[in-house]
Amino acid sequence: MIEGILIGLTTALTFQNILMVMVGCFFGTIIGMLPGLGPMTAIALMIPITYGFDPATGLILMAGVYYGAVFGGSTSSILLNAPGVPGTVATSFDGYPMAQQGKAGKALAIAAWSSFAGGTLSAIYLLFMAPSLSKVSLSFRSPDYFALMILGLTAIAAFSSKGQFLKAMMMVVLGLMLASVGQDSLSDITRFTFNNMNLTDGISFVLVVMATFAMSEALTIILKRNDPTSAAKQVSLTELGSIKINKEERTKMYKTIPRSSVIGFLIGVLPGAGATIASFLAYGMERNVVSDEEKEKFGKGSVNGLSAPETANNAACSGSFVPMLTLGIPGSGTTAVMLGALLGFGVQPGPRLYMTNPEIFWSIIMSMYIGMVILLILNLPLIPYIARILAVPKNYLIPLILFFSITGIYVMSFNNFDIYLMIGIAVVATFLRLYDFPMPPLILAFVLGGLMEENLRRSLLLSNGSWEFLWDRTLTACILATTILIVVWHIYKTFKKKN
Amino acid sequence: MNINTTKIISLLFFIFSAFYLYTAYQIQVFAFDENAPFNARTFPIYLGYAGLFFSGLKLILPDPNTIKVEHKSLEYKKTGILILIAIIYGATILKVGYFLTTSLFLFASYYFLGERRWILMFLLSFPFVAAFMYLLHGILDIYLRDPFLQSIGVMG
Repeated sequence: MIEGILIGLTTALTFQNILMVMVGCFFGTIIGMLPGLGPMTAIALMIPITYGFDPATGLILMAGVYYGAVFGGSTSSILLNAPGVPGTVATSFDGYPMAQQGKAGKALAIAAWSSFAGGTLSAIYLLFMAPSLSKVSLSFRSPDYFALMILGLTAIAAFSSKGQFLKAMMMVVLGLMLASVGQDSLSDITRFTFNNMNLTDGISFVLVVMATFAMSEALTIILKRNDPTSAAKQVSLTELGSIKINKEERTKMYKTIPRSSVIGFLIGVLPGAGATIASFLAYGMERNVVSDEEKEKFGKGSVNGLSAPETANNAACSGSFVPMLTLGIPGSGTTAVMLGALLGFGVQPGPRLYMTNPEIFWSIIMSMYIGMVILLILNLPLIPYIARILAVPKNYLIPLILFFSITGIYVMSFNNFDIYLMIGIAVVATFLRLYDFPMPPLILAFVLGGLMEENLRRSLLLSNGSWEFLWDRTLTACILATTILIVVWHIYKTFKKKN
Repeated sequence: MNINTTKIISLLFFIFSAFYLYTAYQIQVFAFDENAPFNARTFPIYLGYAGLFFSGLKLILPDPNTIKVEHKSLEYKKTGILILIAIIYGATILKVGYFLTTSLFLFASYYFLGERRWILMFLLSFPFVAAFMYLLHGILDIYLRDPFLQSIGVMG
């Protein structure tokens, strides 16, 4: 492991990669602060830039954007009570009241230190857990992978949209259907191309991400007459107050951070769960364990109430890398985008990644830590100024998002058809968003589609066409039973609500 | 049954899944693969049935979280114009070239979204695209096709 850490440090500490982490954190913070534009959009917009780099640098840049976006989301939660990303909603419960009391600077500092500590601790957990899990996952067989992918897709559908499980499952199926377009990987038989040569190689992952996130989010903002930048104009540079944290507040944070980081990391590892659930759970748990006196302060500017969700959401970000790096199965929409980008680089994440491409595996882990340090020293003092940059009118912001999306596709294929297809998918996605059809399950399904078919193919061929492979191995049966439980529970809940 | 837009979308998805399933059954496989445990049409067939299952359930089951969209408050005109500009941009980018079409796309988008600060609009279109092109093409070595700039000798 020491050797791996050194490989990671050597790769991550090059001038280019440090610069990429800084650029990523800065850009991610800006996008993360804009309500409605989350880390997935930020990462999607970065994809064209990463074409010019090697896989490790490209992924380091995207990881930096990810942490930056989560941190930026916390800033708008605290200053404006307008969470930029769902994972920072819980931050606003105590962060915003603190800001209203004239302690915005302190709230930002608590959030920054908690994020830093949560991210650092979870990077350490990841450091120890990922290689061990990689070794364990080498014993996984095709039926286990197939069952695990079904579980991942079901879980993300269950968690991504409260009370909209069936809508999310429809999006999962749609994502898998889109992934099935093009040549079959084994027989080279074309499917669903309708004799259109442009579809022979299938639909590009970048195209689907750009269309369903960047482009459709931009169109939704215009359609709904939202102005994500208007809130930023309210930020006053003079009303932030001191960013110093006193001894009593530090003592409170010392107790909160370790327990919230464990919760955050473990929830992050679970497929589909992620930062939102982690932050709410950590907030709820913290409220239960503190003294009655402190409990009274929750919702009114509690240090523990602010520190817990901030620690947990950053820890969850690192945790979500575990299934992607060790199993090759992303646990969230954001890591699905990164997985797709890695596949685009010709790198196959999974249990063998840390043997075949140790520089990528370890540099991602090490860059997480560097990212946390940079977020702390770069972003904290600059937050008020970054907030000012956000006062760019949406009349400029929206065309620029569209421009980055179309450029991403143009530099990839030099093909008009892909641009039309992207616009078409974006229009459909915008309409679906209006009716609360979630997009992360679609992306995850699209990324996993090929792998899922491959593992089903192997399983069915090995079992001579029998579906017994689903319960032949205890591990497969357990994963499948969990999936069935999730499906039945959600359908039962729908019935129960009505009655 | 209360028909709302979500149900209509589910019905459309049901029809789409039925069409997908029909097309999946039409996929030509090799003769020796016809009765194999798994061939090119197996996975799509399961997907077709899954689509029918979930959209069918959504149609049949009650919808406790009905989404109501206030269509009058939606900005259809500007959205439509923006999509149209993007389509024109897509249609011309290969023939005319990246620099000119992208700059014009940005300029037109700013204008139709209501912006009238001409100098800022210009700065955030032509010089901005030139700088971005330099970053991609000049620094990151990402090829950008541009017949217009090639014809005037700016790009090699």
